[in-house]
Amino acid sequence: MMWLTWRQSRAQTIAAAAALAGLAIVLAVTGSSVAHLYDASGIAGCHPFASCRTLVDGFTSKLTSTDGFLYGIGIAVLLLAPALIGVFWGAPLVTREIEARTLPLAWNQTVTRTRWMAVKLGLVGLAATATAGLLTFMLTWWSSPIDTALSMGTTSRINLTRLGPVLFDSRDITPVGYAAFAFALGVTAGVLIRSTVPAMAATLAGFAAVQVAWPIWIRQHLIAPVHTVVALNPASVFQIKSNNDNMIISAMPNFEQRGAWVLSSQIVDRSGHAAHVMTNPVCLGNNFAACQAWIGRLHLRQIVSYEPASRFWDFQWAETAIFVALAVALAAFCTWWIRRRVA
Amino acid sequence: MTPVLHTQGLGKRYGQRWALTDCTLSVPAGHAVGLVGPNGAGKTTLLNLAVGMLAPTSGTIEVLGGRPGGGRAQLARVGFVAQDTPTYAALSVADHLRLGARMNPGWDAALARGRIERLGLDPRQRAGKLSGGQRAQLALTLAVAKRPELLILDEPIASLDPLARREFLESLAEFISGRQVSVVLSSHLVSDLERICDYLIVIVASRVYLAGEVGDLLAAHRKLTSSQSTLEDLVLAAMGQAADTIGEPRR
Repeated sequence: MMWLTWRQSRAQTIAAAAALAGLAIVLAVTGSSVAHLYDASGIAGCHPFASCRTLVDGFTSKLTSTDGFLYGIGIAVLLLAPALIGVFWGAPLVTREIEARTLPLAWNQTVTRTRWMAVKLGLVGLAATATAGLLTFMLTWWSSPIDTALSMGTTSRINLTRLGPVLFDSRDITPVGYAAFAFALGVTAGVLIRSTVPAMAATLAGFAAVQVAWPIWIRQHLIAPVHTVVALNPASVFQIKSNNDNMIISAMPNFEQRGAWVLSSQIVDRSGHAAHVMTNPVCLGNNFAACQAWIGRLHLRQIVSYEPASRFWDFQWAETAIFVALAVALAAFCTWWIRRRVA
Repeated sequence: MTPVLHTQGLGKRYGQRWALTDCTLSVPAGHAVGLVGPNGAGKTTLLNLAVGMLAPTSGTIEVLGGRPGGGRAQLARVGFVAQDTPTYAALSVADHLRLGARMNPGWDAALARGRIERLGLDPRQRAGKLSGGQRAQLALTLAVAKRPELLILDEPIASLDPLARREFLESLAEFISGRQVSVVLSSHLVSDLERICDYLIVIVASRVYLAGEVGDLLAAHRKLTSSQSTLEDLVLAAMGQAADTIGEPRR
């Protein structure tokens, strides 16, 4: 059975290995120069935090456009890889045999259906997760200088923190968990829908839904967030809206938590209640600085709830374990279904 | 001796439609059994139940005394060539033999190689590039080289031209002769079965209408009609009577 599975997936496994090898060469060449630039930039030892921004800007300005392109592509590849694995490795695993009518041939050799399914799931699933593992290993190494630099904060408001939805999903071990889950989801869709193209579509839709919904609604519940109250820094106010007599103030959280994933921040008055600020005509004019100075005299505070950067690996392990467990559960379901419901 | 096929009130329903109803049979070992009936009568359903590709809706079925598809021991004892004789299109003839050898402990490599040589198949040829007749022969080779006690073939020659059909039946007859093997072969053409089968089951409109040894069935039929009656006449008469008794096709 192992031989047949290998023979059937040989072409795609070799293609994946070749693509990984090609990528490894490109990343090794460009990655070492990025690492040199980072070492020379002095970011690693910089202190205090506020002074690092200049060094970060110096480092990022020395990166070539290829480096920037590869950084973006690397994130895109790791965000898309699990879905592609589910669609092109998972979904056709069984449907291809249903459509080619080869199941009666496969299931009438001296190999039980349970073993047939287990070997297919095990070997092809292993190849799929190994592919995702190598991808994330290479790209995480390549990107880590840039990730570290960007987590210090740049002059732009685009703040890529390692715990944020984009980087967390595309770094270290989580892509392996997602890939295992997407693969098992694809096989499950195939086993239930029994037709390749609809199963591929269902896999893509299902995995994309999970990938989007997870950081929005679920991830922060894995470990309860920390709440803290800080003074509102008027300089961090970036938007003021007037709603009838009340002003709605938006401000960046004013706290030095490097790389924290900020979930919410609420502006409160000194007694800790939601702030009701009567509209001041100063803030309706063009003099934003005067408005900020006036806001400063109100002594407002912010309640910030966030996940500290130090929890990065706790989240990585927890999430990877959850997705691997989901993958195992789906694989067990497929095996049971194949045994019970037959051609 | 354990019957090769033993069913009791066996039925299979797809949604609202019964593909096979109230099928009670006991086929003794050592026969080449012909399963005949019009298209859609339930032949494929019965054979798929016999290899465990389908699970019965009602009743029971035992094959060689065991549960169809129930475990390796049972799988090793039954060889199956499904309708349209499936093979892996991307795999070569040699790959198929390797597949058979790796997936069947009782694999008879000499038998398989000998058959492929006699058929003149190129081992490097992909199965997808073979003619229908060659593919059927390859599928038959896989099924026989695992050395089953019971060989089940579901309309293996329905889509073949007359020459390929004759060659297939000849190579099947050659395999059977001198071996302790039972065969169940389905077809909607009696002439295909006439040369090989010594036992007949007639299925009409999802019911077993007639089952028995060809010699006995013919003798009984000839008493009622003429002494020149052939197997074909017998089957046609049975189907006609079945249609009369059952009337309109059942829902």
